[in-house]
Amino acid sequence: MSTTTELDSAPSAPAKASPARPRRGLRGSGTFNFWLFTGPFLVGLLIFVYVPIGWSIWLSFFEARFTVTPSTFVGFDNYRFMLENDNFTGALGTFTVFAAIIVPTTWALSLGLALLVNRLRFMRAFFRSVFFLPTACSYVAASLIWKMSLFNGVRFGLANTVIGWFGVENVAWLANPDPPWYWLVIVSARLWLQSGFYMILFLAALQNIPDELYEAAALDGAKPGWQTFRYITLPQLRATSTAVILLLLIAAYQAFDEFFNLLSKTTWGRPPLVELYYTALGDNQDYGAGSAGAVILTLLIILVTLFQGRIMGFGRGEESK
Amino acid sequence: MTTTVTKARDAVPGRPRTPRGGRRGSVLGSTGLYLAVGVAALLFLVPFYVLIRNAFATDPEITGEEWTFFPTDIQWGNITEPFEDTTVDFGQSMVNSLVVGVLHTVGTLLVCSLAGYGLARIPYRHADKVFYGVLFTLMVPTAVTFVPGFVLVSSLGWIDSYRGLIIPGLFSGFTCFLFRQYFLGFPKELEEAARVDGLGYWGAYWRVVVPNSLNFFAAIATITFINGWNSFLWPLVIGQDPSAWTVQVALSSYMTNQTVNYHLIFMATAISLLPLLLVFLFLQRWLVQGIAQTGIKG
Repeated sequence: MSTTTELDSAPSAPAKASPARPRRGLRGSGTFNFWLFTGPFLVGLLIFVYVPIGWSIWLSFFEARFTVTPSTFVGFDNYRFMLENDNFTGALGTFTVFAAIIVPTTWALSLGLALLVNRLRFMRAFFRSVFFLPTACSYVAASLIWKMSLFNGVRFGLANTVIGWFGVENVAWLANPDPPWYWLVIVSARLWLQSGFYMILFLAALQNIPDELYEAAALDGAKPGWQTFRYITLPQLRATSTAVILLLLIAAYQAFDEFFNLLSKTTWGRPPLVELYYTALGDNQDYGAGSAGAVILTLLIILVTLFQGRIMGFGRGEESK
Repeated sequence: MTTTVTKARDAVPGRPRTPRGGRRGSVLGSTGLYLAVGVAALLFLVPFYVLIRNAFATDPEITGEEWTFFPTDIQWGNITEPFEDTTVDFGQSMVNSLVVGVLHTVGTLLVCSLAGYGLARIPYRHADKVFYGVLFTLMVPTAVTFVPGFVLVSSLGWIDSYRGLIIPGLFSGFTCFLFRQYFLGFPKELEEAARVDGLGYWGAYWRVVVPNSLNFFAAIATITFINGWNSFLWPLVIGQDPSAWTVQVALSSYMTNQTVNYHLIFMATAISLLPLLLVFLFLQRWLVQGIAQTGIKG
């Protein structure tokens, strides 16, 4: 076992970060081994996570168009610009609408699927796989299928074909914000993509509910169906439900792929990340304002996480694994 | 990446379960149940049906007035068309995605598992402070840092390169966190036996800990690969030149092209899904187990 060769393969920065003084041979020293194992990761984390965060905060106080090494300090002007910018506040509004629709619908659909699949006695694995399969699909691929075929605005789109059978006129699903049919397209795509994943979480939780609870309820005269669901299943799923809701919120917050692809070249339905993308990497390349927007978003998501964590007692269960 | 942790006790989907449907097993009830599940399953399969139908059809069939259920002449020749297309180099983008997906997975697993083990098992005075430094990064979603990330990568000159696509994504605080939690529960006796045999931390890790944790590694690897393959925002930002596009960026470009070649873009989409469908077919056990244990997703 050559300790020296392994040493070479690990970036040597950890030695600098800590005064490791291996006295009794390197192998046994906790300090040395700690940095040997964690060093490469920590150096990377520093460079690719901490430095961008710091740089971003710095840039957000400068006039930085087309440059990342700006010299004009502008104080909070970038923040004022973003917060007074209708596009950016509009994006926050778009996110709110999106989250208000997608979080409850995904929660209900994935829980419903889990309840159904959990009761199956034959072909359970088959149906579980069918609902889970869309998880393999990327948001880009789903956007393409939705935009080019399912919700194509012309006659041969599947949705228009189906409503055509009932004599309804073609609907321009994405090309017209009034009425906002594009929400149906976006929400259905994401529902299809993510419900199977959360169904797996609910299935695992359902299987952990002890059978005795249902037996005891039956003895007490609880009717199977709604009553047992309301008073046993739902309370037992509380931990999973809150975790799922937090996950859904964070996922909705970071929505980019389907909005970018389904609504490219439109000015409506832009969530925060799409707006940031166009601010920082669009024609203006305004890194200062883009960075200010990123800082604002980060602060918002930290607030939401902490708030939600307060409610859920999140983090206390950290050691339970 | 979307991240958080669900309670670990929600795990173990593989264990034998008692079906609860049996309690009220009327024929009518179970018929209704299977009807409901069947309808839902059909709806879930519609997008896949449309994808396959269009991929093997001709454009006149796709855009016809009447909906053709399935192409009468299956166009096997469509399979090679995306690779011959001159407007988008689809073949190159598949190669890029494979290289990036594999290296991203291998690198993430290597770097994050080592760090997770160090944080979980190796005694060091300031280990707690280091761990809090890692935890803090979980609060800042990676998707939000793409602007400064782009700034950094471009000043390193890594735009349009595999380095720029792969390296910044390797240092996932969340994956490191998952490994730490996993190693905290790893039986200490096994390591102690290795120490008695004269192995140091490093030797014990590679000869005892890793070989006994392959299930967990497989679960994390599967999820990491899927996330890497499907990620879009970062490759879009880094891949300025078409030669550096991943397959997701290439698919996205089809949607904004001037000329739309329906059968070609649907065939390209179908091909882009193949690697992941294979992963699903062969690795679903680990995938389901990994998701149930960790609750992660991209």
